[in-house]
Amino acid sequence: MSLSGFHRSYLNVVWFIGAAFIIVCLMMGIARTLRPSRPNRQKQMAYESGVDPVGTGWSQSQVRYYFFALLFVMFDVEAVFIFPWAIQLETYGVFGLVEMFIFIIILTLGLLYAWKKGVLRWV
Amino acid sequence: MNLLAALTDVKIPAPEVQWFALTPMFILIVASFVLMILAVLTPMGQKKSAYALYTCAAAAGSGVVSLVLWFDVKNHGPRTLISGALTLDGFALFFWFLISCAVFVSALLIDDYLRREDLNGCEIYVLMMSAAVGGLVLAAANDLIVLFVGLEVLSIALYVMAAMHAHRPTSQEAAIKYFVLGGFSSAFLLYGIAMTYGGTGSTNLVRIGTVLRDNFSKHPQFIVAGLALMLVGFAFKIAAAPFHAWAPDVYQGSPSPVSGFMASAAKAAAFAGLLRVYVTVFPTLSPDWRPAVWGLAVLTVVVGSFLAIVQTDVKRTLAYSSISHAGFILIGLQANSADGTSGSMFYLLAYTFMVLGSFGCITLIGRTGDDAHSVDDYRGLSKQRPVLAFVFSVFLFAQAGVPLTSGFIAKFGVISAAVKGHSYAVAIVAMLAAVVGAFLYLRIVVMMYVAETEGEARTVETAGRIHMPYGAVVGIGICFVFTLAVGFAPDWALNFARDSAPVLIAIPK
Repeated sequence: MSLSGFHRSYLNVVWFIGAAFIIVCLMMGIARTLRPSRPNRQKQMAYESGVDPVGTGWSQSQVRYYFFALLFVMFDVEAVFIFPWAIQLETYGVFGLVEMFIFIIILTLGLLYAWKKGVLRWV
Repeated sequence: MNLLAALTDVKIPAPEVQWFALTPMFILIVASFVLMILAVLTPMGQKKSAYALYTCAAAAGSGVVSLVLWFDVKNHGPRTLISGALTLDGFALFFWFLISCAVFVSALLIDDYLRREDLNGCEIYVLMMSAAVGGLVLAAANDLIVLFVGLEVLSIALYVMAAMHAHRPTSQEAAIKYFVLGGFSSAFLLYGIAMTYGGTGSTNLVRIGTVLRDNFSKHPQFIVAGLALMLVGFAFKIAAAPFHAWAPDVYQGSPSPVSGFMASAAKAAAFAGLLRVYVTVFPTLSPDWRPAVWGLAVLTVVVGSFLAIVQTDVKRTLAYSSISHAGFILIGLQANSADGTSGSMFYLLAYTFMVLGSFGCITLIGRTGDDAHSVDDYRGLSKQRPVLAFVFSVFLFAQAGVPLTSGFIAKFGVISAAVKGHSYAVAIVAMLAAVVGAFLYLRIVVMMYVAETEGEARTVETAGRIHMPYGAVVGIGICFVFTLAVGFAPDWALNFARDSAPVLIAIPK
């Protein structure tokens, strides 16, 4: 059975997945065979940005971080939309400028709301 | 360098926007932002009624503008907005009006509920208006992606609204269940949209319609798969069996007025999307989707009616009855005719007011704590609050389809459309299910009127006196008047539904 052009273009995805798999296997395999392996206690500790880890890996974190994470997502999404807009600023013209300002103002309203609700204060 | 040059050569024209046609959306969305900011910047604190009145004013504004636009469209013809992203036709405006009415009545019901339950704030109104905007987008969407965005805006606001009762753990439970299953159903819908895009090369309803009419698609199997997956996604949202399991838990756990809003506005908006996509875009594929909708409709009326009987919680009973109503509305879609579509739309119009009124009565009878919802709590209601008992009985009779109420004409409309389409089996099943369903409504009415207290059984008296605030009385009154008025003189409402048929309009170049 011959493949239609539509299906054949999906074949690229299959090749891509296969290539990614093979490359990763090659890199890990070569590194594993070449490098010396001398484990010690220090080396096997969990990496905690350079300081010695304290407590277990399953410790609970403050619920306050949750709010900051949410606010971070807000700005993150803002950036995702602003970058492509900034590259194409001239083609969008005044309409795009106004649109983006409306978008930013709406997000700022969210920040204002969070601020007034006392979310930003570290109690 | 070439790529950059190519990119900068692209001129992206700003779409022409007909601002007036979008006014209902602007009113609601600006109102919700302003309310959110005003409420945190000014110490409105205890003056919670101000929030409700403000929301009512916004809803009334959006409803009135929708009606004005409806007459404008009737006289000057429908059109597309924002380069074909939205359709402004009678169908969209019918649902815009309906959703605005639901927001209006729900705000009246929520007002005293917040005070009674000692809950804070403006957020529930903000979320309700955002949800309504999602509903408006969904009802007018002329593109599957826009439709999906509208549905998500509606759903995400509703997930949070379900959790608004901070003192009741069941409220949070309802929100989590609704969120998980809602997210699941959105994935189905999105996969269906992707399949349809794969089969037709477009997400725009008009272009999909053109491809189908010219029989141009090289991959019809994708379109059929897309239709099936989208049907599953919509069936979740409208709570049609076998995708109904979330509805009883969510309606029971959510704050009562929010359940009313979910059962009315959210269901109407989801049906608007379903009807528009299947009736206007895919009529040529009806041999593929009609049997599926037939099965859904039959299963939904039967499951809804029969499972409602065994419930002991009135809110749960009404959740199952709303499932069976979804089945009746699907019967109109199954007919795949102008009569069927207008029958479904009329049903949604009548049903919105019936169910809002019913949940309004339940809100009052639930009393502080919002948990006096057992059938026993209704025992002897007519002695303490005769008017409330009478009004609630009327809503229940209307849901059962008793003549001289809007419910009768609604049921008659969809069943006669099914008969005209020679779907006799579904018509007979629907009539039998309506008879079975009547039992459950009568049981509650009997409890309110005639049931004598047996020994130490719980009654209205032991649960405390029912408080009747003005706002809720006005809200329930509107629904009551509408239900009876349409029952006695249905012509104008039937014409309103008939003149609001959905259309596909070619996008102006």
